[in-house]
Amino acid sequence: MSIKPTLREYKKPEKLSDYPEATCFEAGHLVTKNAGWRNVRPVINDEKCVGCYQCYMYCPDGVIFKKNDKVDIDYDFCKGCGICAKTCKLKAITMTEEER
Amino acid sequence: MSDRITAKNITDNEFFYGHKACAGCGGSLAVRMALKVLGERTFIALPAGCMSAVGFNFPQLCFSNNAIISTFAGTGSIITGIEAGARALGLKDYHVLGMAGDGGTADIGIQALSGAIDRNDRVIYICYDNEAYMNTGIQKSGLTPFGAKTTTTPAGKHIHGNVKNKKNMFEIVAAHGIPYAATASIAYMDDFIEKVRKASQVDGPSYIHVIAPCPTGWGIPADRTIEAAKEMVDCGLWYLAEYYDDEFHLNRDPNEFTSVSDYLKSQGRFKHLSDEDIALIEQGRDKKWEKIRAWN
Ligand SMILES: Cc1ncc(C[n+]2csc(CCOP(=O)(O)OP(=O)(O)O)c2C)c(N)n1
Ligand code: SF4
Ligand SMILES: [Mg+2]
Repeated sequence: MSIKPTLREYKKPEKLSDYPEATCFEAGHLVTKNAGWRNVRPVINDEKCVGCYQCYMYCPDGVIFKKNDKVDIDYDFCKGCGICAKTCKLKAITMTEEER
Repeated sequence: MSDRITAKNITDNEFFYGHKACAGCGGSLAVRMALKVLGERTFIALPAGCMSAVGFNFPQLCFSNNAIISTFAGTGSIITGIEAGARALGLKDYHVLGMAGDGGTADIGIQALSGAIDRNDRVIYICYDNEAYMNTGIQKSGLTPFGAKTTTTPAGKHIHGNVKNKKNMFEIVAAHGIPYAATASIAYMDDFIEKVRKASQVDGPSYIHVIAPCPTGWGIPADRTIEAAKEMVDCGLWYLAEYYDDEFHLNRDPNEFTSVSDYLKSQGRFKHLSDEDIALIEQGRDKKWEKIRAWN
């Protein structure tokens, strides 16, 4: 299992004692997605992808991951910056209008 | 010293995830990749600046390793302290990393950084340089280049943005006689991660100065961050180099530069520059390269 913070349920504190005591807390504690920021959505064409992983190396959010020698995207945290599409020499990633 | 880290063999672990940096933020890529090279047993300290602001928003805590926000001026002293603490506890196999912005490094944090290098402890300091104080709304720092428009160096009729040149942080650090220092760009990722790996093997302080464009502050589309970082190197306004064994080494010496004008004109912060301004910038570049080419 690789290390990667995952989204989890968060119960809003109701009383003071529910808050952490000091200004420190659990590492990798994610409670909100970034998907809502996205206006355009990267879509991978598996036929074209050769698994060079350049998109994975240049994604500022680390949302591209290796899968079966190709790549896939964690759409919960992709902001749609489009760097992956620009980075892919084979044009295997296209940015498409995000559906709402 | 071999065993290069590549796209194929780099860890799947993500240590900077779910952060709130702007889409296409270059600084966040530098932080993400540095941590992938150094691994889970890395204590990272980040001063006030975008990377701490986007990484620690309780209850959204985006580092999966041990991470702390330092005072704005104190990155250098905090990493020295963490290293001393880890050593006192008898910890083994760990790295202590500080990642500060250009303002946090070249201006307010410079004396703490200088002290940390002087103490000669095993700490890694990476300056992610986006060439202005971005987190507070794009003010000029000591690393803002000549001609750049910021909120404190506006582009007027008579004064065309910043009138000062970028401080030479790499050589300022090298002048300490540091065991290892390097310059890098997030566009040359293999080079950057190799330099982080080298820094991790140094028995003493190390410093990497990595150019990490900020689409928000540079006035470029979010998908152009990597291109801008590449163009800056290719047109000669940045260079890839190392310093070790008391000597400078130029890593990349292109036969021909790409157009400085194209680099500048593609960014909102330089749009106002006149042909004379651009000629001045080119002259500055040529003078610089004359010096650094003599290193090899
Ligand atoms: C002592 C102190 N002065 C001022 C600030 C306000 N401040 C917070 S972040 C920041 C800008 C940081 O700029 P830089 O180091 O370049 O990092 P960036 O935001 O560009 O990533 C400033 C001025 C502060 N937090 N502490
Ligand atoms: S303002 Fe710039 S440096 Fe800050 S998070 Fe946004 S893109 Fe990154
Ligand atoms: Mg900055």
